[in-house]
Amino acid sequence: MTNNTKWGVVAEFDSAASIYHAAEKVTHHGYTRVDAHTPFPVHGLDRALRQGPSPLGWIVVCCGATGICLAQLMMWWMNGHDYVFWVSGKTPYAWPSTIPITFECMVLLSGFGAVFGMFGLNRLPRLHHPIFRHSTIWRATDDRFFLSIEATDPKFDSRETVRFLESIGGKHVEIVEE
Amino acid sequence: MTAILVVDEPENPLRRAALVEGKNDFASVTNIIAGVAEKRTPKGWYLMFGCAIALLLNLGAMIGYLVFNGIGVWGNNIPVGWGWPIVNFVFWIGIGHAGTLISAILFLFRQKWRTSINRASEAMTIFAVMAAGIFPAIHVGRIWVIYWVFPLPNQMSLWPNFKSPLLWDVFAVSTYFTISALFWFVGLIPDLATFRDRAMKAGRTVAAKAYGVFAFGWHGSNRHWIHYEKAYLILAALSTPLVLSVHSIVSFDFAVSLLPGWHTTIFPPYFVAGAIFSGFGMVITLMVPARQWLGLHELITLNHLDNIAKILLLTGTMVGYAYGMEFFIAWYSGVEYEQFCFINRATGPYWWAYWIMVTCNVVSPQFFWIRSIRRNPMALFVISIFVNIGMWFERFVITVSSLNRDFMPSSWGYFSPTLIDVLTYVGSFGLFFTFFLLFCRFLPILAISEVKGVMPEANPHHGGHHGASNGGHH
Repeated sequence: MTNNTKWGVVAEFDSAASIYHAAEKVTHHGYTRVDAHTPFPVHGLDRALRQGPSPLGWIVVCCGATGICLAQLMMWWMNGHDYVFWVSGKTPYAWPSTIPITFECMVLLSGFGAVFGMFGLNRLPRLHHPIFRHSTIWRATDDRFFLSIEATDPKFDSRETVRFLESIGGKHVEIVEE
Repeated sequence: MTAILVVDEPENPLRRAALVEGKNDFASVTNIIAGVAEKRTPKGWYLMFGCAIALLLNLGAMIGYLVFNGIGVWGNNIPVGWGWPIVNFVFWIGIGHAGTLISAILFLFRQKWRTSINRASEAMTIFAVMAAGIFPAIHVGRIWVIYWVFPLPNQMSLWPNFKSPLLWDVFAVSTYFTISALFWFVGLIPDLATFRDRAMKAGRTVAAKAYGVFAFGWHGSNRHWIHYEKAYLILAALSTPLVLSVHSIVSFDFAVSLLPGWHTTIFPPYFVAGAIFSGFGMVITLMVPARQWLGLHELITLNHLDNIAKILLLTGTMVGYAYGMEFFIAWYSGVEYEQFCFINRATGPYWWAYWIMVTCNVVSPQFFWIRSIRRNPMALFVISIFVNIGMWFERFVITVSSLNRDFMPSSWGYFSPTLIDVLTYVGSFGLFFTFFLLFCRFLPILAISEVKGVMPEANPHHGGHHGASNGGHH
């Protein structure tokens, strides 16, 4: 078996506290391509795994600004330029009356940015993932906590990594194929 | 895993009651919630679903009849050009607002008790907005040109009038529906993954595939959770002003007109408070039986119901304040038409509707000052029905009693609904309950991952030297 068919090593832990401490030890030991798989977001795990914050806010700001500009452009062009139509003596394009629709368009595009941006950053949806080959991974959405170290990690060595994960309390430590 | 103590000490607000009662751990929470969808369909469900489908078919028939014959089949006529359809629209959209309040505003305020009621309330929002959206759509009369409300090129090369509050409504309601549905779906993904994995384990391949498609390949990766939690927070932050804007804009449909009784600046906050009040009423109406029939007592506890009752008391009293202030301003303005409109509301031909509204919305929630009533599911359920009735009448009073006696006494009239009006309204409950029953049957009715997140064991320092007394992330 060569390294390029392996995806990584996955170990099971039985509580939020144990995955937290295991994550601290794994990153302290020098592993970098590490991730946890948990039934709910465990507080502080991103720090323990040295994972940075999400850039999603910036995506959403850009989408929201686009929403504002598009709404303004649409209302100015349609009512004030392309087909000028006087209704009840009001100016064809009057900015105060554009506030509600501008706001709604900002929210709509920001919402799209948040949801589809999140899917994009997470590379979701995907039909399969190597981690699903692990024998007890189905409990990651129930009551167990998993730690994975990918084979692309510079420190990865199948025998050594398995032994290390067992030494820090991991159960069902398995090598997962690509 | 540690059992959770049931702590309930209202006299000591520093000690919070447990959000999950009984000896539950993560696995048992999954079992309770997933068990609802996995067990054999109860006979009662078929019975209720049959009734809901019958009402839904009735709604379809009524809409068909309306489209073939025109809106003359309703009771709407001059002077009351806006009758039940607008009343029903505002009624349903208001109900939706509690779901967003629970999912977004209570999330931003870190109210952890929301986790066990947010999923079902968000579902309620989506189905209520669907029921609401039907009414203005069919009210346009020629429904086949409904696309004229959207800024699409059409054969007259005419664009919509963006200065009209009715068009603001189109944008507000469609944005509200889209964002609520996305928010709900994002919340569902980790729980659908739970359902997928349980179905796979139990060998139910079809169910596993169906849930799997919608779970998007979720596997609880912490990198995913980081983006996911950020997306959830942003959606909550967007939904909070959105929900306030939607009912404000609905109130603009009335307030931007120049009609006495409608043209008032109190309308936006008054409508938002009323919307939240009516929505929480519907949450109680749905959750008390669901909790009973589906065995969710340990997850939706009396403390949850107690909290909802307090919100009902608060918002009901705010609505009562608005009723009083409207009357006061009508008198204080010195405008005789305003004064007449309000005197007419309380003592005119619709006096009965006005006093049903006041009794149901202002008087009935006052029982919630008493703690034993707040913690009695049966009493809550009864009062919630009064709230639903009262809030429908509020919209009826605002719409009809402002129109029926206009400026010229020779054109005064009395609005009476037709049978078609009544059956269309009843049919909208069929739409709502059909979807809600399907949701209860096939989807996680409580947010599994969020409930786990507020349990004490979810804290990585639980039981350690930090000695956290209550769990939860963040």
